[in-house]
Amino acid sequence: MKRLAPAIAVNGLLVIAAILAIAPLLWMVSVSFMRPGEADSFPPPLLPHAPSLAAYRELFARQGIGRNFANSLILASAATALSLIFNVMAGYAFAKLRFAGRDRIFQILLGALVIPGQVAMIPLFLMLKTIGLVNNFGGVLVPAAAGVFGIFLVRQYALSIPDELLEAARVDGASEWRIFRAIVLPVLGPIMVTLATFTFLATWNDFMWPLIVLSDDRLYTLPIALASLSREHVQDAELMMAGAVVTVAPVLLLFVALQRFYIRGLLAGSVKG
Amino acid sequence: MKGQAASQRAGWLFIAPAATIIGVFFFVPVLAAFGLSLTDFDIYSLADLRNLRFVAFRNYADLLVNPLFWQAVGNTLYFVVLGVPLSIAASLGAALLLDSPLARFKPFFRTALFAPVVTTLVAVAVIWRYLLHARYGLINYALGEVGIGPIDWLGDPHWAMPAIVLFAVWKNFGYNMIIFVAGLQTIPQDLYEAARIDGASAFSRFRHVTLPGLGPVILLVSLLTVAGYLQLFAEPYVMTQGGPGQATVSVLYFMYEQGFKWWNLGIASAVAFLLFVLMLGVTVAQLAIGRRGGPS
Repeated sequence: MKRLAPAIAVNGLLVIAAILAIAPLLWMVSVSFMRPGEADSFPPPLLPHAPSLAAYRELFARQGIGRNFANSLILASAATALSLIFNVMAGYAFAKLRFAGRDRIFQILLGALVIPGQVAMIPLFLMLKTIGLVNNFGGVLVPAAAGVFGIFLVRQYALSIPDELLEAARVDGASEWRIFRAIVLPVLGPIMVTLATFTFLATWNDFMWPLIVLSDDRLYTLPIALASLSREHVQDAELMMAGAVVTVAPVLLLFVALQRFYIRGLLAGSVKG
Repeated sequence: MKGQAASQRAGWLFIAPAATIIGVFFFVPVLAAFGLSLTDFDIYSLADLRNLRFVAFRNYADLLVNPLFWQAVGNTLYFVVLGVPLSIAASLGAALLLDSPLARFKPFFRTALFAPVVTTLVAVAVIWRYLLHARYGLINYALGEVGIGPIDWLGDPHWAMPAIVLFAVWKNFGYNMIIFVAGLQTIPQDLYEAARIDGASAFSRFRHVTLPGLGPVILLVSLLTVAGYLQLFAEPYVMTQGGPGQATVSVLYFMYEQGFKWWNLGIASAVAFLLFVLMLGVTVAQLAIGRRGGPS
């Protein structure tokens, strides 16, 4: 009985913290189903009087957010595929293949982690402008296609592959490419899910770089479209909340489905790094 | 040996695509950024490169006497100084609750508390703009219920940055919370048992067992959080557009406006480099403080 009071305190505080964390998201969903102007009243309503899809209809039919959704989906999927191919190959090589300059190159790459990405943005913009990659998806994808964090993540995981396994395959005459495809890739499955989740969420949520590269509003990703919509439609709380739902719901669902993998990556990237 | 040579070649081929991408699209631009910061690259140079002139360190000299640049630095440091301790305290508090043996439904609470981290920054910043609305916002309504008068969160220069800090704490505390939970699990249980047998109170166990045990994790988390918070950009872009009265212009917001609104790309590159120097300086200072207070 003595432990009852502390147990109530701990769980009560957890409930309060969870409500504070989730309330803005629940409020977003609730307002997105209100009729135009309903949220602008006092006291602020918590639930829609009569749930309505008006805001979503306006958003898809008139503001054409379906196109922005497709843009975000295409870009995040393409970035995920590219970063999987390039980072997994490099991460495995840095962990398991012996070649001249390996450790030196890896250290230089790790050094890049202290340089904020924004330092590269302006010259990169000019470079991409020269080769015609500004204002198209290529420009958004190029810097996302490979990254030091991804290589590091895969390398740490690949270090645990036993060398004897690879040596045995080499003795059998398998090519390095075949060893990678048939032996290494299956072992790296879990870390590939982690990397894919990270890349997808990061690309979907990214703001500053697509804001710089994309100027045609037909190419906008959801965050850019939402930011520009919010400058024009400050008064339409319901419309903006519907836009926020469309933007946030896919990544939240993805996270809930794959959180085991996501949190593993988060810990690998910070505690060990 | 034939196998050795094959392994050499394979290694290079395997890292070549990633290394090329990072080299060409990150290292080259970083070096070019320094070169660019020594020129007067502006909208005329964008149209015709012959208008480009080398100005040595004039961009840096101009920035160091530009009051708006200093205000951006001051605003950013204010955000860091207020936001980092609050964020870390919230993360640590949530981690202690989650780690408590008394807590029920841990996976559910962990997911709920972490959810804001994975949300899209722009979308949740838009939500908070309405929550913080002076007249119709839920936050002022709740404060009004306990007798606190309406605060013009995003319209008052004194409140705009604290409001952004509040938002940032909500958005980010879950990230460090996960790292703290992992750190707490590495503290041996017998240390707590020994302290309990000695009659130490819960607070004194926290003070003398938990905090020292988490020392390296706290240092790591503050390094990551400070570096992240120095890159403040999307929050003011969406919530305040740098206002009211420049109160929320951050260094990166200033860089973005110089570079992509006014096309002063030379000046903007100098801003980016000064931010880099600021980040390095702050990191070195933190490491020095951490080392002094750490292993003793």
